[in-house]
Order: sequence, then C-alpha cells, then structure tokens
Amino acid sequence: MSDTDIGPGSDGGAPDGPVTMLETPIHIDYQYTAGLAQSHFLKGISEGRFLGQRCPKCHKVYVPPRGSCPTDGVATTDEVELGNTGTVTTYCVVNVPFQGQSIEIPYICAQVLLDGANLAFMGLIQEIPTAEVRMGLRVEAVWVDESELAPNLTSVKYFRPTGEPDAPYESFKEYL
Amino acid sequence: MNRPVRPVAVVAFAQSKNVRREDHRNEVEMLMPVVGEVFAKVGMTKDEMGFVCSGSSDYLVGAPFSFVMALDAVGAWPPMRESHVEMDGAWALYEAWTLLQEGELDTALVYSFGRSSPTQLDKVLALQLDPYTLAPLWPDPVAVAALQAQALIDAGLASEADFAEVAARSRRDALGNPNAQVAVDKSVDQLLADDYVVRPLRRHCLPPISDGSAAIVLAAGDRAIQVCARPAWITGIDHRIETHQLGARDLTASPSTTAAARGAGFLGNGDDGAPGTRVDVAELHAPFAHQELVLRRALGLSDDVAVNPSGGALAANALMVAGLTRIGEAAQRIIDGSAQRALAHATSGPCLQQNLVCALAATPEAGTTTSEGGA
Repeated sequence: MSDTDIGPGSDGGAPDGPVTMLETPIHIDYQYTAGLAQSHFLKGISEGRFLGQRCPKCHKVYVPPRGSCPTDGVATTDEVELGNTGTVTTYCVVNVPFQGQSIEIPYICAQVLLDGANLAFMGLIQEIPTAEVRMGLRVEAVWVDESELAPNLTSVKYFRPTGEPDAPYESFKEYL
Repeated sequence: MNRPVRPVAVVAFAQSKNVRREDHRNEVEMLMPVVGEVFAKVGMTKDEMGFVCSGSSDYLVGAPFSFVMALDAVGAWPPMRESHVEMDGAWALYEAWTLLQEGELDTALVYSFGRSSPTQLDKVLALQLDPYTLAPLWPDPVAVAALQAQALIDAGLASEADFAEVAARSRRDALGNPNAQVAVDKSVDQLLADDYVVRPLRRHCLPPISDGSAAIVLAAGDRAIQVCARPAWITGIDHRIETHQLGARDLTASPSTTAAARGAGFLGNGDDGAPGTRVDVAELHAPFAHQELVLRRALGLSDDVAVNPSGGALAANALMVAGLTRIGEAAQRIIDGSAQRALAHATSGPCLQQNLVCALAATPEAGTTTSEGGA
C-alpha cells in the first residue's frame, strides 16, 4: 500500500488511488455502577478492610462479592469480614515489559485465597525473591498509608510472606 | 416458514420496574429478583432448565462480556447449556425456541437486561449505523427517527396529530402497568402544544430512557401443561432484516415486518396488509410513536385489535429488554385468560431495521402434538 492510497491526491484533493483506510475516532464515556455488594466491598477497602459475602445456601464466602452466589444463583446477603492473611494458590512471574507498566520486572502476580474465603483474589507478591515464591506460601496484605486509602484495589499495595509454614496443598487445591 | 413441529409455550413472564437510572444495583442485582420471580410462577428452578439464553449489549454498559457476569444471577455451576445474543432478548427467545424444536430439551430460561443510563445513548446508538458513511457523522437516534416520521408525513400516510394520538393512548394505557416508567393521561391537543425535539417529533413521540430487565420460561409439550394452567403457545415466530443503509430503504413501510409475519404464519401470502389471523391483542415494539403506524400497516392489523395495552416502548424502553417484554406482555394476556390469540413484535436497529414477529395462542398450532410421540 503506498501513501497515496490513504492520503490526499497529488492535487491536494481526493485520493488518486482507491481509499483503503478510514479513521473514525470513537470516544464514549460511561458511568459505572458497582452495585450494592461491590460498593460495600470497596467501602471496606477504603477503610483497610476486606469485606465479603456468604451464600446462604452453600455457605461459600466470596470476596470481592458480586451480590449473588454464582453456583446457586441466590443473593448473598450475609456480610463477612476477612482477615489480612491468606495463601498463594497459584502465581506467575511477569517478565514481559508492556505499555503502561508501573512495576519493575520481574514481578509476581498471584491468586491469594484469604483465610475464610472461597474465592481467590489477585495481588502482587513482594518482599521475597522471585525464585522463592511458591504455591502454598502464606502471605499478608500490605496496605497503602491510611491517608492514601481509596475505594479501589490500589489500596492494597501487595502481599508479603508472613513467615508461617506453607499451607498444605489439600487446603487450597479446590481454588486453582 | 418458522412454524413449530413441536409445541412450545411461554409459561411464565416476569419483569422489573423500568426506571430512568438504576443507581445502586449492578446487572446481577437487577436480574436476580426477576429470575427468581419467573421461576416462582411455575414452581421451577434453574436446575430444571434445559437451556439458558440471554440478550444484552456490552455497548450499553461499556463492559466486555458483561453477559458472562450476569450469569451469576442464574447460577452457572455445575456447567449448563447456555447461550447469549448481542441483541434484544426477543432474539434470545427465538434461539431458545429453535433449540426446543429439536426435541432434545423441554425447558428454557430466556432473560435480558438493559441499562440505557450509564452512557451517552446518542453516541452508542450511532455506532449501529453503517461504520463508513453514517456512524462517523454521529447522527443521533431522534434525528434518524425524525427522517422516518417526516417521510410518513410527506407520503400522506400520517400526521403529527396521528403521532400524538399513539403517544396519548400508550401513556394512558401505561397507567395500568405498574412497571411502566412514563404513564400519564394527556389529550392529543395538550401533546401537540409541546415543542419539537427534532421536527416533526415532539417529546411525546420519543421513548423514555430506561433501565430494566425481563425473563421468560419456555416449556415444550406436556411439560408446559404441567407447570402452567394456560400456556401461551408459540404458533409461529420469524425475524427478518433490511439493509443498514437508511437511504436505500423506503422508511414509510416495513417489508421485513410483513415478511416475518408471513414466516410466523400470522399473515397470508397475499399483498402487504392482507388481513392476518384474528388476534385479540398485539404488543408492538415501536420506540417512536410514528413507528406504531408503520407496523400496524405492515401487519394489516384491524382497528379493533388492542395494541400495546401495556403502554409499549413509549412507556418503558430498556434497550435489549423492550422486545422480550412485548412477547412477555402478549403471552401474559393468554396466560391470564384475557386473550385467545396474541401477536408480539420486537425491533432492532434504526427505523425498524430488523423485525421479529411472534404469534401466540391459547391452543397449540394444529399439526403439532402436546404428547411426545404423538397423540
């Protein structure tokens, strides 16, 4: 494809060749409705707390909650506050640079199952050499300073090892 | 022709109240009570559904795969047979009906949700136009509809007073619909005193911007009779589409509606406007007042048919939901015994570009049997 295919013609008017490309920029703004359950969760995050919900039927605890149990299709109405600690169920080492990357590579992105929860949660793992991160690693959340807490997940800076012995595989194998 | 080889009926319908903006609830929280209500009406659960099909559009909420998230309202574990159309729920119902015709499954849940409030609807709806020559001009939906309304006036087929009459009747009827968003008793003269929004359309000719959801349970043969005293049998259903180039269409007519009505067995094979099957009630998805006039002609409806007793899309127009709601409202009148035969219509795209017609009756289509293996 030559430049003349998409640019103006030699006389500055219509393109000489066939028009093969057309740019039509689109920008649309949306207002996001988090919903009742997620709003509650995000409010908790802005207070440095993990708030989940329990299914009245299967008793599973979801964090973040969506307001319903995806298994039973019923409203999850019981509020549950979870602690700060959990277990790495699975993880990956990010070695590939990409546009907009804000953390130095390599870094660890992990699924963390908070104690008492039945849904793993995505977070970064830091304060441990990359090669030492493993499934079953016990971790705790590190929050941003109180003045920086906000109703979004940047409030959780990362998770770091607690030093406890690893959790046995059986305790988290359902959540992989 | 899209006539049943196996009788399938609407056995339950539920809908949310339509509101200008669902401020607090997300899609799942909006849907859950509606899905719960539709199951309660027939004493069934999601585990008894052979198939689940939904209709919605990610463009409205600006979230990719929002329909997958919405499945949480039903509960998708253990895995189920599920499908989705990026269209009004009426087309999801069409998919479910087709699948039930195969005879392997007896039940289906169809639902749809639509939030028109989170975004700039004018822009989103412009994106359904031709992407090279129309969408980049960002024509707003009222202006596009006004072209159609003006074409009707120019052709001598309708007047502004006719539009106002449709709006006055629809909003007055909506007073009896607890789920309607706009219900008011105003005379034609009062409405004609309104200012134009886009000439020749005044505010009363426009649909409201609504958030809402709806759900229907379909059941085949004996299963339908087991759970519902008076199922609304689908005697035919079909949909047709026209070109997306507005300039290439005769906007004063709706040949796709006529073709779909023939396919659904509602109209004979004569000329457009040939008298169709006698119906007691018709729920027509006409978001703009003048579109009801186009549809009445395309369907050859006589004046004694009750059109949109629910108030129609002029009373509540949750996008992706309003079409399924037409089928639900029409079916409900058979289920509650107030109608023997009903017609439902759903539309999609600008100026009635795509149309679906669903014919319903209190008795199954002749030639189909309610007992599997013949009766």
